[in-house]
Amino acid sequence: MNAETQKIKSFIEKHDSKKQALISILQDIQGEYNYLPAEALRFVSQTLGIPLIDIISVATFYRSFSLEPKGEHMVTVCMGTACHVRGGPKILEEFERKLGIESGETTEDKQFSLETVACLGCCAIGPVVVVDGNYYSHTNIRKVGSILKTYHKKEKENEQPQEN
Amino acid sequence: MINIIMNGLEVRAEEGWSILDTAKFYGIEIPTLCYNEGLSVYGGCRLCLVEIGETPKTKLVSSCTYPVHKGLVVHTDTQRVIRTRRMMIELMLAIAPNSKTIQDLASKFGVKQCRFKVRNEECVLCGLCVRMCREQMGGKAIGFQNRGYKRRISTPFDMRSEECRLCGGCMYICPACQLRCHGPDPDTTVCNACLQMDPTCLDYYEELQCWMYDAGRCGTCVKEGPEKETKEKAGHK
Ligand code: FES
Ligand code: FES
Repeated sequence: MNAETQKIKSFIEKHDSKKQALISILQDIQGEYNYLPAEALRFVSQTLGIPLIDIISVATFYRSFSLEPKGEHMVTVCMGTACHVRGGPKILEEFERKLGIESGETTEDKQFSLETVACLGCCAIGPVVVVDGNYYSHTNIRKVGSILKTYHKKEKENEQPQEN
Repeated sequence: MINIIMNGLEVRAEEGWSILDTAKFYGIEIPTLCYNEGLSVYGGCRLCLVEIGETPKTKLVSSCTYPVHKGLVVHTDTQRVIRTRRMMIELMLAIAPNSKTIQDLASKFGVKQCRFKVRNEECVLCGLCVRMCREQMGGKAIGFQNRGYKRRISTPFDMRSEECRLCGGCMYICPACQLRCHGPDPDTTVCNACLQMDPTCLDYYEELQCWMYDAGRCGTCVKEGPEKETKEKAGHK
């Protein structure tokens, strides 16, 4: 725990322990743990002197923060108007079926989180799916499986060297 | 002193007053919900809307947050204001139909139905409890969370907050979660019963038997179809 506290402390110090930098600090924490651990938020609250509830207000206001652990890979399906009419909902359904979770949830093995977004600003290449910042254009139901497979595979590649 | 025109009358307001303050000072009634004298203004319920400006270019503003300035022209009860006010009440009614405060407002301003899907929640997000906790009780236990239709008021992680001293200030000030109207009507209508209340004890006694300070107004002796019954009884006598 102490090492963790140290880490969060360094995040806070990186921003000169300024109250105004709360969002940046939360972003750093989110980047490190993939979510905002309650302990970390308590620590930030104490160090910066911001009431815990205010930090929670900020953390729950923005979609990019999460209070629950998120999966390794973030799957975002666009549900904006353009992608919607081109079959966004069908693609989402397919993801939900393949991963066995609803939108907004995380798989049990913490590999994938599924989310929707309302327009990514690249409607011309819709329907768009974004996984970990990689854009997949003109997706359809058939591509869902292969998209997921790429990330499953990456997992295995990563794991193998460790095992050896 | 600032001279403004309110409902056609020339009135003088002090520097820093809001339209609502001025109206209060001159005895002009503007309904409010999220306003409380002891707390900061929030402007969340939009019940206190008034129309400002001259005719082709008028606009609606919330009087509790709008500071008076020189030459301001205010109308507190125009058609537009009343229509909007009713709409606000109707919307709040759809969220918290069981709140007596909101039911009373509805009755008072002639909102007879609710055309929206009833959500049956106990919070209209007026923020009174949050400000109460913070400003009067010196705690910072509750606050807004999430946003949009998911916005709600709660403690950190939905657990009892370490800052909470269980003072009960939040419940004391809440217009929605405490006072419940147990009117006899279905969800979608406004019961109004408390306004035409006929204390049941008068059926049996000569005098009111009510121990409540507010004799006959506490809402416990609401009868079904109060209007009809009253008339019938009058006929019997
Ligand atoms: S609607 Fe999907 S990118 Fe615009
Ligand atoms: S009293 Fe002015 S907005 Fe609620």
